[in-house]
Amino acid sequence: MRFYDALGLEPKLALDSDDLKKRFYDRSRQWHPDRFSRGTSEEKKRSEEMTSMLNDAFRTLRDPVTRAEYFLRESGLELSKDAPPELLEEVFELNMALEELRGGDESARGQLVSAQERFTGMLADADSGLGGLFTSYDGKPDAAVLEQIRATLNRRKYVSNLVRDVEKELNVHSAN
Amino acid sequence: MSTLQIDFGHAKPRIVGIDLGTTNSLVAVMDLTGPRILSGIVPSVVSVTKSGEVIAGAEAREMLITHPERTVYSVKRLMGRGVGDVQDELKLFPFHVVPADAEGSESVLKLQLGDKIMTPPEVSAYILRKLKEDAEDVLGAEVTQAVITVPAYFNDAQRQATKDAGRIAGLEVLRLVNEPTAAALAYGLDKRKEGLVAVYDLGGGTFDISILRLHDGIFEVLATNGDTHLGGDDIDNLLLNIALEDIQSEWGEDVSGNASLVQMLRRAVIQAKEALSFAPAAMIDLEYGPRQYQREIDVELFNRLIEPIVERTLGPCRNCIKDAGITVEQINETVMVGGSTRIPLVRSAVERLFRKRPHTELNPDEVVALGAAVQAGILGGEVEDKLLLDVTPLSLGIETMGGLMSKLIHRNSTIPASETELFTTAVDGQTNVLIHVLQGERELVKDCRSLARFDLKDIDPMIAGMARIQVRFLIDANGILNVTAKDLRTGKEHSMDVKPSYGLTDDQVEAMILESYDKAEEDFKERQIREARVEADAILGAVDKAKEDDAYQALAQEDRTAIDRSINELRLAYHSDDHLLIRDQIEKLNQATMALAEAIMNEAVGKALKGTNIND
Repeated sequence: MRFYDALGLEPKLALDSDDLKKRFYDRSRQWHPDRFSRGTSEEKKRSEEMTSMLNDAFRTLRDPVTRAEYFLRESGLELSKDAPPELLEEVFELNMALEELRGGDESARGQLVSAQERFTGMLADADSGLGGLFTSYDGKPDAAVLEQIRATLNRRKYVSNLVRDVEKELNVHSAN
Repeated sequence: MSTLQIDFGHAKPRIVGIDLGTTNSLVAVMDLTGPRILSGIVPSVVSVTKSGEVIAGAEAREMLITHPERTVYSVKRLMGRGVGDVQDELKLFPFHVVPADAEGSESVLKLQLGDKIMTPPEVSAYILRKLKEDAEDVLGAEVTQAVITVPAYFNDAQRQATKDAGRIAGLEVLRLVNEPTAAALAYGLDKRKEGLVAVYDLGGGTFDISILRLHDGIFEVLATNGDTHLGGDDIDNLLLNIALEDIQSEWGEDVSGNASLVQMLRRAVIQAKEALSFAPAAMIDLEYGPRQYQREIDVELFNRLIEPIVERTLGPCRNCIKDAGITVEQINETVMVGGSTRIPLVRSAVERLFRKRPHTELNPDEVVALGAAVQAGILGGEVEDKLLLDVTPLSLGIETMGGLMSKLIHRNSTIPASETELFTTAVDGQTNVLIHVLQGERELVKDCRSLARFDLKDIDPMIAGMARIQVRFLIDANGILNVTAKDLRTGKEHSMDVKPSYGLTDDQVEAMILESYDKAEEDFKERQIREARVEADAILGAVDKAKEDDAYQALAQEDRTAIDRSINELRLAYHSDDHLLIRDQIEKLNQATMALAEAIMNEAVGKALKGTNIND
């Protein structure tokens, strides 16, 4: 996986963030275009390519979620855009409440605030769950664990969109 | 003296750092002891004289009053913009803009100055040339490479326009550096500085906020935000409008069409504004012929007037903190940059938001140029332990079906950053694909900034969907977009036409370089020759005078012959175009006249001493 290669790492799901940062800084010092401003045009081009790859790699790998998404994609697994079935009922109610608030019904606000709290909690749960799954897969690469990671990421992505929408709606209406 | 200058000429060429500001510009260079400002502040004003000569700097600023219609200030606000973007401020500018052609508002803006028509990059090039000349005079060597600063929130077109200006001025722009980042570099030059730093930069025309992590010599920008249309100019315009209304009611006359008066009034309100940073009240004072206008503004009124402007800077600050993924408490220090941060209301607003007293000990007018010089030192290899990692301020994307913007590179990505995208044809036999590249954060194309349209042409006719052209979007270390395309079927680079939406094409820039700066390279040499001749004139005049002295007659015949020979040789060299030869001959004449100079000196001292005796 080229992003791992760029940072001189084995493709693992769990990474030490301090080590990652150190690798990024060390390689930036070596490869950055600033170091080649008096170099040949070939050196400049190479430096630009290696640095842009390094930057893209660091940006993707430093965040556990984008890192796992990248890892899955490279392993041939795509995330789905559908709502996780276990959330369907809740999302249905949430959308009703959002509609009510948009229509000016302030009584929906309390329901939305508590939904927001619940979803934020789900996000935190998903994040802490990911850590365990990462170490488990790194220790013993098992397709079933990868599948579990995918399911967690799907739910996480969906929930985080919900949190964003609810937040936006609450802010818009409190601003009025 | 001359020996020293010759030595300099053989040294490694110096890269200068330039702060190309809205109101003022500065040039600096990295010395062994640190960055140093070369020469004084150059007002960012350009004027065309009646005879068609173009002047820049302090001289041009005087022309704002006498010939406002042929004088441009704050041209930075017009860089990389279209006519449609700047309607509001054009009302306040004394110069004329050439109306947009039939194609609409998406085109490069052109200014009419006297009988010259210039684009903003050409105008800026005159300011850069002035700075280049000033730097050359101080360094005694030609300057051809520069680091130029730009507002962090400048988009691609504005950056490209700045780079074009450098090229037109005969400068190879090695790097565009974001102003707040440059300031951080100057501020954190001391290697021990570590932690999170926020740089609040409110200048003449632009506002930037950047948050950086300083760690072991690395200056990593975490996030940046801003407004490229917000600064001290806006405050001036507020005061100006009040004064114009006052005058209308006092004099019973609308004077807003009187460009010369408006510029005098502008100067008066700026004086009052600046005074209000130190005094509880100030007077806007205008004398125009027999008429006078005076109005006192106190701090309370001033604060009430500018509060909306100060408030407009706080939203971007909050967004920047959020984007950096930190909380305000984590920020260790806040640094203030730009002349407008002298205003107490600005300082207190920043202090309230960041919950700590901002650093104001650096000269806010100089810190950006000093930082640019440090970056020049990094590029030149003189500064080895520092590295800037900057970000792109705006997301980059392409237009997709239904007028939507699809983001490819997100804002605050460390640059250089890249993304590839695969394109194909939609109908059978299609031979070209158009890619519309945009910058911005909004979802709809119409709310984003159009950067350019790329036409992938000469695609072999084939069944729809068969063509496979991989396009690579790269934002380089200057924050400028580079696009390349590869045909995956043949593995060859695919050609394309580029039409910048608000910029100049490469050919246009080349034409401008040829057109207006034909003699750019000759110029430095000519100036050196001119200067050598001035020195030659001085010494020839002095020797002529000395020959009338008694001491000359007292010289040995061979000394007198030697002097005459040197004079002749200098006169011969005088008309050559080799300034080193002229300086050599000056030096020889100096040597030849040493004995004469001594004799005259002794005589003078003797006379003086005698004189003292008599007077006693």
